Amino acid sequence: MKAWVVRHLQVFFATLGELVHAPVANGMTIAVIGVTLALPATLYVGVQNLQRLSGGIDAAGQISLFLKRDTAQKEIDALAVRLRKRNEVESVSFLSPDAALEEFKRASGFGAALDALQRNPLPPVLLVTPASRHRTPTALRTLTEEFGKIGAVELAQFDLEWVQRLQAILRLAERGVWILTALLAVAVLLIVGNTIRLAVLNRREEIEIVRLVGGTDAFIRRPFLYAGTLQGAFGALLAWLLVAGTLALMSGPIGELGALYGTGAAAAGLGGSASMALLAGGAGLGWLGSRIAVERHLRRIF
Amino acid sequence: MIQFSHVFKRYPGGFDALKDVSFELAQGEMAFITGHSGAGKSTLLKLITHIEVPTRGSLLVNHKNVARLARRQLPYFRRSVGVVFQDYRLLTDRTVFDNVALPLVVAGVPARETGRRVRAALEKVGLLQKERIFPLQLSGGEQQRVGIARAVVNRPPLLLADEPTGNLDAALSDEIMELFLDFHRHGTTVLIASHDQRLIASSGKRVLELRLGEVVADHGGGA
Repeated sequence: MKAWVVRHLQVFFATLGELVHAPVANGMTIAVIGVTLALPATLYVGVQNLQRLSGGIDAAGQISLFLKRDTAQKEIDALAVRLRKRNEVESVSFLSPDAALEEFKRASGFGAALDALQRNPLPPVLLVTPASRHRTPTALRTLTEEFGKIGAVELAQFDLEWVQRLQAILRLAERGVWILTALLAVAVLLIVGNTIRLAVLNRREEIEIVRLVGGTDAFIRRPFLYAGTLQGAFGALLAWLLVAGTLALMSGPIGELGALYGTGAAAAGLGGSASMALLAGGAGLGWLGSRIAVERHLRRIF
Repeated sequence: MIQFSHVFKRYPGGFDALKDVSFELAQGEMAFITGHSGAGKSTLLKLITHIEVPTRGSLLVNHKNVARLARRQLPYFRRSVGVVFQDYRLLTDRTVFDNVALPLVVAGVPARETGRRVRAALEKVGLLQKERIFPLQLSGGEQQRVGIARAVVNRPPLLLADEPTGNLDAALSDEIMELFLDFHRHGTTVLIASHDQRLIASSGKRVLELRLGEVVADHGGGA
């Protein structure tokens, strides 16, 4: 057991030494693996951040009830009181047509044009904030439909339908990231496989001699497997650095975007478990790629 | 130690390298295989180390049917056979010491034991002073002696050599042959493929003559 560990350590450090001694060739392979892995990792981080962002918006979801223009103020107050009593509802606020017009003039910059209007075109609006446990997209939709059936309500609108659409798009993007990851994982397998194939061919003479003096296949495979695994692991490390760098460059704009939507400001990185998965995945792909390549080529050397 | 019975070897393409070869080599015996190039000497040695397998017939080495060895068992079988090549087949990017140590390293022999046995083998071939040198810095005769040290370092019961003196002049050839005779005196079974008639005659050992893949003569020896 001890001898076995010692032998593995020897091969590990010998392989590491070889990587360092041919920095250009190995560096190129590692760089290709790094860029290949960085692509899905960056997209993953992007989708994660957008999901977090849209999730934050969702939490502040409101339902706007546009009332019929001729609804009496008394009737509106009564409706507001009735809505407040429901336990799905956290709060209700009233926006009168005049107040809405003022706000619209201020926000839109169409002040002068709006002054030209004969009468205020805006309806009275009740803004309903649902209780927190009713803020899921489906619950909001159900509530919106129910409010739409109230007599005084002209139109009930769940303000954040676009958030739902965004979330649907993000789910699609997430699936796309996984498919892309699978394709690029195959690419990494091929890259490592090709590098190791060349290494095996370069050392054909040595492999033949080792075989003749009684080296087992496991003994012959070992340095190639270490080389592939190390290349994969270093490639993953490079990918991690690329993602971190990309995020650092984009953290400013992402922070602004977050602030605009009133949600979490800072952009999140890969996180602990995803980082581990990236490193383990890179090393694993390197191991598998070299294993396949070595297996195929050892069979051809008597 | 080696027992060929009615062994045929046909290479893909229909060339018959060996035809109905039968002979026996006793444990501790020393013999030469001779014949013109293409007579089948190298093929015969390749069958013994399972680089090639017989097309027909049976071949026992150390009581094992070589053709039936599982791929998994092959490395362990090869550790019991030392092989010396005409072109030495040394690893040029490793020192003399590392070349000779290779059979011990692949067998997982502990480092201290490896060092002791490598130095013993190098001393035997007179190259103890050159263990840190790389093979290409050595003369042809010295490189062949490194090859021999590698072949005997794990004390295999059987030693094979394929034209071991083919690239060496007469004086160096005599030195190399003296080494083989010495291993033979210490009990190792030795089989050498060679067409150097002077060397074969001076050794006074058994000679198997191959012609176009057939054993046409088997004479001499006696010990």
